[in-house]
Amino acid sequence: MIESMLVFGLVNSAVLMLLALGFSLTFGLSGVANFSHGGIYLFAGYLAYFLLKMGLPYFIAVVLTIFITALLGAAIYKLIVIRVRGIVLNEVIATFAIGICMLEFFRWLGFVTYEYSLPYIARGRFTIFETTLDYQRSLIIVVALLLAVFLWFFTHRTKTGLALLGMAQDEYTALAVGIDSDWAATYSFAIGGAFAAIAAVMILPLGIININIGYEVLLIALAVTVLGGLESTKGLILACIILGYAQVITSTFFAPHWKEAVYLAAILIVLAVKPSGLLGKFKELEERV
Amino acid sequence: MKAGYRKERIDRGIKARADDIFAISSYREILYLTGPRILAVLALLIYPLLTDVTGAYWQTVAFIACIIALLTLSWNFLFSVGLVSLGQAYFFGVGAYFTGFFDRTIGLPPLYSIPLATVAGAILCTIIIYPVLRLRGIYFALITFALPLFLMRIIEATGYLGGTEGISGLQRLPGITFSLYVTVVIVLAVTFIFLRLFDTDYGLVLRAIHDNDMSVLAGGLNVQLYKAQAVFIAAMPATFAGALMTLHYRIVGMPAFAVEYSILPLTAAVVGGTGTFAGGVLGAFILVPFSELLRAFGTLRIVMYGIMLLFFVVGLPEGIYRFAQRKYFQFERIVPLEEKADEK
Amino acid sequence: MKNKELLKVTGLSKSFGGVKAVNNVSFTLYEGESIGVIGPNGSGKSTLINLITGFIKPDSGTVIYKGRNITGIAPNRAVNLGIARSFQMVRPFYNMEAYKNLIIPLYSPRVKKQLQGGNFGDRDEIAIQLLEDVGFERESQIPYKLTGSLPHGYLKRLELARCLCLEPDLVVLDELFSGMSMSEVASTVPILERILQEGRDMIMIEHRIRELFRIVNKVICLNFGKKIAEGTPEEVMNTKEVKEAYLGSEGESIA
Repeated sequence: MIESMLVFGLVNSAVLMLLALGFSLTFGLSGVANFSHGGIYLFAGYLAYFLLKMGLPYFIAVVLTIFITALLGAAIYKLIVIRVRGIVLNEVIATFAIGICMLEFFRWLGFVTYEYSLPYIARGRFTIFETTLDYQRSLIIVVALLLAVFLWFFTHRTKTGLALLGMAQDEYTALAVGIDSDWAATYSFAIGGAFAAIAAVMILPLGIININIGYEVLLIALAVTVLGGLESTKGLILACIILGYAQVITSTFFAPHWKEAVYLAAILIVLAVKPSGLLGKFKELEERV
Repeated sequence: MKAGYRKERIDRGIKARADDIFAISSYREILYLTGPRILAVLALLIYPLLTDVTGAYWQTVAFIACIIALLTLSWNFLFSVGLVSLGQAYFFGVGAYFTGFFDRTIGLPPLYSIPLATVAGAILCTIIIYPVLRLRGIYFALITFALPLFLMRIIEATGYLGGTEGISGLQRLPGITFSLYVTVVIVLAVTFIFLRLFDTDYGLVLRAIHDNDMSVLAGGLNVQLYKAQAVFIAAMPATFAGALMTLHYRIVGMPAFAVEYSILPLTAAVVGGTGTFAGGVLGAFILVPFSELLRAFGTLRIVMYGIMLLFFVVGLPEGIYRFAQRKYFQFERIVPLEEKADEK
Repeated sequence: MKNKELLKVTGLSKSFGGVKAVNNVSFTLYEGESIGVIGPNGSGKSTLINLITGFIKPDSGTVIYKGRNITGIAPNRAVNLGIARSFQMVRPFYNMEAYKNLIIPLYSPRVKKQLQGGNFGDRDEIAIQLLEDVGFERESQIPYKLTGSLPHGYLKRLELARCLCLEPDLVVLDELFSGMSMSEVASTVPILERILQEGRDMIMIEHRIRELFRIVNKVICLNFGKKIAEGTPEEVMNTKEVKEAYLGSEGESIA
């Protein structure tokens, strides 16, 4: 009982983290809250489905999906967001509109039946701590960890990453030392898209592809980002672990459908106690409250 | 143009010091200034009486436009205080469910259940939103986006208030003309009250919060409290819309929290011009008939709203209302040149 | 013979992400006194003021105002107790006419309820009079102009006027003179002197030492969040640490 809760809590946390990383990354680096994250996520899911259906080998289809979704992210910035950049409200409305357009368009196309699902990367299961775990779920944990490490390495050790980080901290200073703001933002949207695609390829095989997942993914990304505090990868991981385990606990001891209410409760409690998020580093009143 | 004549802006002589202070010297100038408003109000008041001409269908369309207009007024009020809402369905749904509850569980007649649901719904909305009022900008938008979805989940999970089936078989309202007339009057009244409210010192404080809430704090005012009051005031038109809509269709269910009630007011507000109350109403009356024409496309309508939203945010961020107002005040008339006039 | 204590700050500390912005600062402000806070950039002066006025909650330490513990109080409640502040970066309401900026503080509970006659009178008229007091010309259009279109010097004086609206007992000014021209500074100094004569106390952060020393009778110098000197202006300027903080120590300059 306890063991299975521990293991599935970990799986849950990893799922949340995969879903939130792309959103949080774009937000952290370009300052634009990409409300079309859910739409991009499902786009990647359907793209992978159709590429596989065309008979492409799994590996090539996945790489292609990630690449095309990254291009989509960049295109969203280059074509639309760039025109409303700086007006926060308009950024939110524009990306929100893009997301809704994509999701409802998929719904209209009728992508809602049971045939739409992605294959497992690896079938089979093994037993650990007296809990049976399938390879897909354990892979999710590994990929989530790898992405987090990659993210840290990218933003702290590579030139591009450092430039983006500088951009996030002070746009004007970064401009003054010769970093192109639009280039950086396009880059961050592209990486956000790629992360969403990785998440889609990893997580969607666990169930069927459903339009409402798109809205849910956006909610999860928001909940995790608000909860963990911006700018803080550690906060993100902590928030995922808290939410992941809170979900497992509520669905074990109460009822499974209550776990959705966990997000709201967690956000409300954390915001009431510490408005800058769990590990937010901002000067509290100056920035967010 | 004929020789000896020149063009003159009509508003030049009327606008005295600022855009909203006028020096009027003739009835024609009064007409010029008030004409559009009077026409709009008259049109709204007469339209519901024309059931025989328009047919019941277009009356219902006007009714829905009024409902969306109320939600848009509420959105614009929140926006004027610096709170951006992506989930007007939250207010709408709370009002709707309260009505259902008062009607079925307690058995109140509509005359009491509508006002009660309006006020009780607004109070509940304010209480739920109070802890997150400290958030600004997109953080608040995130929460409002989540709220209707969460309430929907909670009702689904607990099965209270009819669960997934909803509450049906509510009491009957007199008919479409009645519903339409009530909403039209309420829309006009709310627009008027909101406009006046923002001219008072109290409204100035609310506008100041939109501008810079730190300075309001430094001015010794409890920003949190004023925001809560603003949410309460803004919630009332929306909860009323929910209440009336519920009783009109005699059913309330989870669609009351549907994304359509969030995105339609948002689109209407952006189309009309964010922050302008009359613009929001105008936006609603453009958008809803337009969406009725698109009914054949089914769910593709929401995609159309999204595209429209995108188009206006990127292409005409000031909105139709401000654009039309600017153009209206740029009307020119042709007057004879002074020298020529002297010769005659 | 000292007057009554108005403000007593003990052991105030605050750190942001590991950096100690304010480190164990204590001082006392007696009634009828005025304190100037000096120090190099980034020495924690603004943070100190934010801690006192409630805009940031301290990690440790206490602030006693009129015998009452106001540590970590909400900013608006601090204002209603009589502590008014100006911001270093001006924060006017850009979308309003200049005089309407003052309506907001005039609408506060302190003015409405606590001050005699606060709920009566035409707020517009009072606002314009106050603007005249801080150097806006009465006859001109300036008070009626959109705040966003005013030059920076006017915005600074608008900040000052916003403090005065509240009839405060303690005025806290955060670099009021920065961004003002020499003539504007010269015309503002008498206004500050008059505020002191009206019996209000003042805490001033300032980089313009000469004007500051004309106004205040006590100076605190901060460096790296720590208080390194306190006393009359002459005493502070002759302290070794202060000289080092501003000019660098001799050892450093050789290396």
